[in-house]
Formats: sequence, structure tokens, C-alpha cells
Amino acid sequence: MNLSTLLFILLSVVAVGSAIMMLLSKKPVNSILWLIVVFFSISGHYVLLNAQFLAVVNIIVYAGAIMVLFLFVVMLMNLNAETEPAKNYRLHLIGIISGGSLLLVLLSAVMTTNLQQPVMLKIGDAGLINKLGKTLFENYVLPFEISSVLFLSAMIGAVIIGKRD
Amino acid sequence: MGITSYIILSLTLFTIGIIGVLVRRNAIIVFMCVELMLNAVNLLLVAFSKMHSASTAAKASLTFASDAQIFVFFIMIVAAAEVSVGLAIIVMMYRNTHSIDVNFLNRLKN
Repeated sequence: MNLSTLLFILLSVVAVGSAIMMLLSKKPVNSILWLIVVFFSISGHYVLLNAQFLAVVNIIVYAGAIMVLFLFVVMLMNLNAETEPAKNYRLHLIGIISGGSLLLVLLSAVMTTNLQQPVMLKIGDAGLINKLGKTLFENYVLPFEISSVLFLSAMIGAVIIGKRD
Repeated sequence: MGITSYIILSLTLFTIGIIGVLVRRNAIIVFMCVELMLNAVNLLLVAFSKMHSASTAAKASLTFASDAQIFVFFIMIVAAAEVSVGLAIIVMMYRNTHSIDVNFLNRLKN
């Protein structure tokens, strides 16, 4: 077992464990902090896959901007108190069973398919910013510019929805 | 490291997100589980891109293997826009109903 495999297993265990902890925590603030751990471990996966640009963007956008927005909303509403409504254990059981059976079906489908292709770890320049920039500004200029319109409309929409009237 | 390990990891994260959407009733946590599902898909796209970059078609073209990572970049852009609008909707819902229970919003059912 070499170092890459060890790192992959470590990051996967951290990601899955923190995702489960996010579901199990009672307070919304704790859930948000566990989700930040998940995002950091996924960024570690990106670094292991030699996709450094996406790793940095993932930390800045997800762990930096989006989760801070979530924390702001939780603190704005003062949700740190126990606000989870009365539990319905039968619905919990039904949700867990249906999700687990979905996982079982998908995993059995993956296991019966014969996939042998290796993933190139730590080599290759497909994720470096040089090649990504060339791809983005040669082939995908129009979607890139349209996404700025999307951001503008999202900003205006958020302001209009959040306006007190 | 084979592609199968990455598929299994992404499927596990995606299923955890689905279970969260089904089980939790707090609207903010349901929203966070959607983000988790988006991230699982992103991870699988990057893994497929790195699997693809070993092929001969990728070596012939300059920008062939980077397409999936550009796709992940656009998914992140759309997720950021979605979060800003969604959190505004949750804030408005809390202001009107003083609750963030998603089961409270069943007035369209009848």
C-alpha cells in the first residue's frame, strides 16, 4: 500500500464520517461546521487528483463563501437553540431504509460492472490553471459570460426576496 | 487507484445527502444536504476527468481532458447563485411562519 492509497483512504474516511456527523448533530451550527470538514476533505481529494485550481476554488467558494452565508443565516435567526421539531421515528426509519437500499442497488450495479481504468493520481496537467484557462477561454467563453448574468440575477433576486415589505 | 473506489466514495456521499433530505426537517440542513450531493457529483467528475486524461484522444487534443473540470467550475458557479437565492427564501419563510420546519409548508397539498 503506497502513500496515495493511504491518503485516499484517510480522506474518504474523514469525508464520510463528517457527512454522517453532519446528519447526526442536533444543532444547526454543528452541522455547518461538520460540512466544512467534508468540503476540506473533498479539496484534499482534488489535490490528490492533481486538480489544484478546483481545490483552491472549492475552499474559497464552498468553505469560504457559502458556509459563511449559512452561518450568517443561522445566527441571524438565532437557531442555536433546540429548534428541531418533534421527531417522527417511523419516517426516520423509512428514509434511512430507502436511502440505504438505493446505495445497495447502485453499489451492486457498480460492482458487477467490470471497470478497470486507473485514475492518474498526482500526475497530468489537466487540472492545472494553465490548461484550464486555455480551455475556459477558448471553448467556453459564452457560458462564462452568461454565468455573470446568472450571478447578477441571483443577486437581484436575493435582494428582492429578502426585502421587508 | 482505480475508478471504482472513487465511484463508491461518491455514491456513499450522495446517498448520505439523499438520506439527509429525506430524514431531517430543518430547512437549512436539507439545503446543506443538497450541497453535499453537488459536491459528490463534482468529485466524481474530477475523477473521471483524470481517468480520461490517460487516453490517446486526450493526448492528441490540447484541451480534451479539462472539459470535466470546467464543468465542475460551472457547477460551483450555479451552486453559489442557488445558495444565495435559497437562503433568501428560507429567511423569508422564517419571517412569515417563525419556523424552518419544511413540513410546515404543506399548504399546496390540499
